[in-house]
Order: sequence, then C-alpha cells, then structure tokens
Amino acid sequence: MNQRRAVFLLFLSIAFFFGISTAAQQNAPPAPPTEVKAFDNPNDAGGGITITWNKSADDGQGENDVLGYEILRSTTSGSGYQKVASVLAGEESYTDGENVEDKVPYYYVVRATDAEFFSDSAETLPAVAKPQWFNTNRISMLVAVLLFSGLVLLFISWAKGGRELYIRPIAGLAAVDEAIGRATEMGKPVLFIPGIMDMDNMQTLAGITILRRVAQKAAEYGAPLLVPTSRSLVMTTAQEAVKEAYLDAGRPDAYDPDRIRYLTDNQFGYAAGVDGIMVREKPAAIFYMGCFYAESLILAETGHSVGAIQIAGTAMPAQLPFFVTACDYTLIGEELFAGSAYLSREPRLLGSLKGQDFGKAIFMLIIVVGIILESFGIHFLDQWLATG
Amino acid sequence: MRRQVPLIITFIAGTIMIIAYFIPREPFGGLRQRFSVWFLIIAAFALILGIGNLIKIHGKRISRQSAGWGYSVVLLVGLAAMSVLGIGWGIERSTPFHYLFWNMQIPLSATMFALLAFFVASASYRAFRIRSFEATLLLAAAVVVMLGRVPLGNLLWPRLPAVANWIMTFPNTAGQRAIMIGIALGVVSSSLRIILGIERTYLGGGQQ
Repeated sequence: MNQRRAVFLLFLSIAFFFGISTAAQQNAPPAPPTEVKAFDNPNDAGGGITITWNKSADDGQGENDVLGYEILRSTTSGSGYQKVASVLAGEESYTDGENVEDKVPYYYVVRATDAEFFSDSAETLPAVAKPQWFNTNRISMLVAVLLFSGLVLLFISWAKGGRELYIRPIAGLAAVDEAIGRATEMGKPVLFIPGIMDMDNMQTLAGITILRRVAQKAAEYGAPLLVPTSRSLVMTTAQEAVKEAYLDAGRPDAYDPDRIRYLTDNQFGYAAGVDGIMVREKPAAIFYMGCFYAESLILAETGHSVGAIQIAGTAMPAQLPFFVTACDYTLIGEELFAGSAYLSREPRLLGSLKGQDFGKAIFMLIIVVGIILESFGIHFLDQWLATG
Repeated sequence: MRRQVPLIITFIAGTIMIIAYFIPREPFGGLRQRFSVWFLIIAAFALILGIGNLIKIHGKRISRQSAGWGYSVVLLVGLAAMSVLGIGWGIERSTPFHYLFWNMQIPLSATMFALLAFFVASASYRAFRIRSFEATLLLAAAVVVMLGRVPLGNLLWPRLPAVANWIMTFPNTAGQRAIMIGIALGVVSSSLRIILGIERTYLGGGQQ
C-alpha cells in the first residue's frame, strides 16, 4: 500500500514539476535585442539618429513570440527613458527624427515585446545628431555633373574659338521655317502653344526659347502669331519674348500684345479654349512646345482636323506617342531642349549641344560597361551610381 | 542694366540650387522647398495679370461687338459671379461657389476629358494604318499588348499575356529609359546655358 502511495506521490511530483516548468517557459519574457548601436544619421540636415540592433533570439526563431520593438530614448544615462517609436518584429533599424536636437547626447534602449512581457537591451553609448556638409550618397552625381558641365563648357569655348561643329539635322526644327512660310502663303495665323505648366518647368522655358525664334520668323514673314497660355507668368514672359522678337525683326508695329493671351489655369478649360481658337481661326501652322498631359491628343487631333501643319516637342514620354501620331513632326525629349540652339545657329549654343551629345556617348559607354559588369556579378558600378 | 540684373539673379540662384543639392545642412537643405513657396507666391500675384488680360481682351470684344461677343459676356459674367460668390460666401461645402463648381465646372471638364476617347480612336486608326514597316510593327505590338491585357487573349493563346508583359517590360521600358536619359541630359545642358547666361531668349532678349 505504501509502495502504491509512494509511486502516486512520485507521479504527482513529476507532473507538478513539468507543469511549473512549462508555465514558466510560457510566461518568460522574450530575449532582448543585442548589439544595439545609435549613431548620427548620415547625409542629413541634422536632427536624426539611427539605431540598429540584432533581432531578439525569439523573433522569427526560438519562442517566436516577439510582436515588435519599442525604441526608448533618454538624455540621461540609466534613467528617464521614454518611448519614441514602435516597429514591427523583424525590423533591425530605426531612424529617430522625433524632436531630436543637434549636439545633444541621447541614449537609447530597444525593448523587445511579446503579448505580455518585454525585455530591454543594454543602453547604447551616447549618440549626437549633427548636420552634414556633404551628402556622400551623391558623389556619383557630383562626378557626373562636373564631367558633363566640363564637356559642355569645353565645346562652348571651342565654338567661341571659331571651330566648326557638326550638329545632326533635326527634321522637326528644320521644318519650322516651312510651317511659318506655309501660314504666310495661306494668309492664316501661326498658333504657338507653350504647354500647360508654369515658368518653373524646364519644358516651358524651352518652349519660350523656341517661341522667341518662331516669333522672329513670323514677324519677318508677316504671319500673325497667336499664343494662348494657361498661366499668367507664361503669358507675361511670352509677351516679352515675342515683343523683342518683333523688334529684332524690325517689325515692332506688327506686335499685338492681345494675341498672347491668358485663357485659364484649368487643364480642360484651356484645352477647350485652344480648340475653339483652332476651329475659329483655322491656323495653318501649330506648334506645341512644352509640358503637356492628357490634353495633348485633344489639341493635336483638333489641329489635325483643321488641316494645320503641326510640330510638337515635349519631354513627357507618355504624351510623345500621341504627338507622333497626330503631328507632322515631333521633337522627342532632348530635341525640345536643343530647339533654341538649333534654330539660332549661335556658336556658343551649338557648342553646348555638342557637349550634350558627347555626354550621351559617355552615358552609353557606362551603360554597356554596367551591363557587362552586372552579367559577371560585379555590382560595384551599380552601387556607386545609386544615389540617395 | 535691365538685362544684367535678371542674369545675375539667375546665375546666383541657379548656382546655389546646384550646391544645395549636395549639401544637406541648413540653410542649403530646405532651399528647394523655400524657393517653391516663393514661386507660388509670385505666381499667385501674377494671376492678377492674367485676369486683367482676360477682362481687357473680352471687354474689347464686347465693346466692339466682334463676332461671338456674346461668349465674352458669358465669360466675364461667370468670372465675376464665381469671384463674388467665392469671396462673399466662401468655397466650403454647401456654399453657392461649391455648388456651381461641382455642377458646372467639373461636368464641363469631364466632358472635355471624355472627348479623349474619340480622339484616341481616330488617332489610333491613323497610326495603325499599314503604310510602312514601322507602322506594321506598331500595329502588331499594339494588337499583342491589347489582347494580352484582356481575358480573351488568354483564351486565344495562354502565353499571350506573358508576351504582352514581355513587350511592356523590356522593349517598351528600354525605349522609355533611353528617352528619359536624353531628357535628363537636355535639361542639364539647358540649365547650364541659362545659369551661365548663354541662353537669354526667355528674358525676351537676344544672345548679345
């Protein structure tokens, strides 16, 4: 009987021991994150500290019950910690930009949390945020800018020195004279549309420089020039450019500021207004030079329907197919920016075009070298070119 | 002097913006945003010039009773009505301005946008007419891509969606990137010309 009781007690003891041990394991806090480091966030304007850590042993392995990490911060070592952020399990870094003052030392603790418990990492060494003088992620961009600018300046100086530069023919720009001449012969106006964006857009600026050349030619030929704009600043700039062009052509009397008019800032309101001008005035030549969006095809198809010779130029890749389809000539991307230089034939401007072409050749070479290196698993060039 | 001052301002502003791209710390870091805000303020004031131009041109048309002067009346009445309603009663919900904006301006804009569908059809017809090798290639690619994007394509040939994706991912993306690289170089070259004062036509002047 005693023997049975002893066996029963032994069984109870074993069950009790295992029960406690399992419960203790289930109620244990997760392992803390390790190797926690805090340092000034690189390449920023200050006010940022990056914290990195190794995941808890219970995050994705072990008990696998870690739900996330809390980032605690204090300006005093060992006390005064306050939560500044939470990140999900699996993360191993966080950039603290919450009211971080420059030149103030901050201490960090990363807390691993599960459903019930948490465990804190060791405190980091003090980290101080400070602004940087140079963004090292942009070294490749700096090299590219210097190289490209150097090439452009070199060719400009060559051109100034009287060296003959060959520039490939651009059909769309070569046809400008033909289009204005056609309008003159037909006794119909020339319509110039400088896009729907404002003067802070490079394409609008390029459009205005081409407008200056078109206006001079229209003044020489005596063809009326209409310029409806969708921005007030573009209108005033266009008025100034056209006025000067008429002066240069010796026809200041023919300049009419009312022909360069503001319609509306509204995209489709502008499209409706320009369509109306096309249908009423029936221009013989239409230029679309600038930044366009969904209104591009509405305008170009209406222009096509009135039988105008159409020359378009834009750097909006999504609108290029529409212009290619509906217009007689299209300046694709970079050709828009070459317009003023090409039309003026001014040596310094042509020099910059030549530099641009050489820059393109260098980029093509870099692309070919990059393809070869990547094919052999060498990622140096790809990583160096990546900017942040 | 009239031309020199804008050129000097352009040179200084352009150079600072290039430097600011590489220097994250203040005052360089936030310059781009600050310049954008300045531009918005200037553009807002310039709107007065635009409205002035509208009133001048359409006022003339009404006074001379030129062809279609009635439309000019509608435009000026609309401009005045929206301005008065917006300034007087605000532009929030349940205001007359909001009502007119949503029930007149938005439907009119939507109507213009909807015209695009018809223009796409007519432009596609012209683009896809087989006149040359390029047009034939374009037509073939367009047919494959369009069929590959609808269930019918999958029914016709299960590999058609994959072929359509291949066309969009490789030849199309390569072409677009080539254009983008050219555009980037064109922008840099144009910017240099403007910053250095070589290109001055945007100021209204010539090259001298």
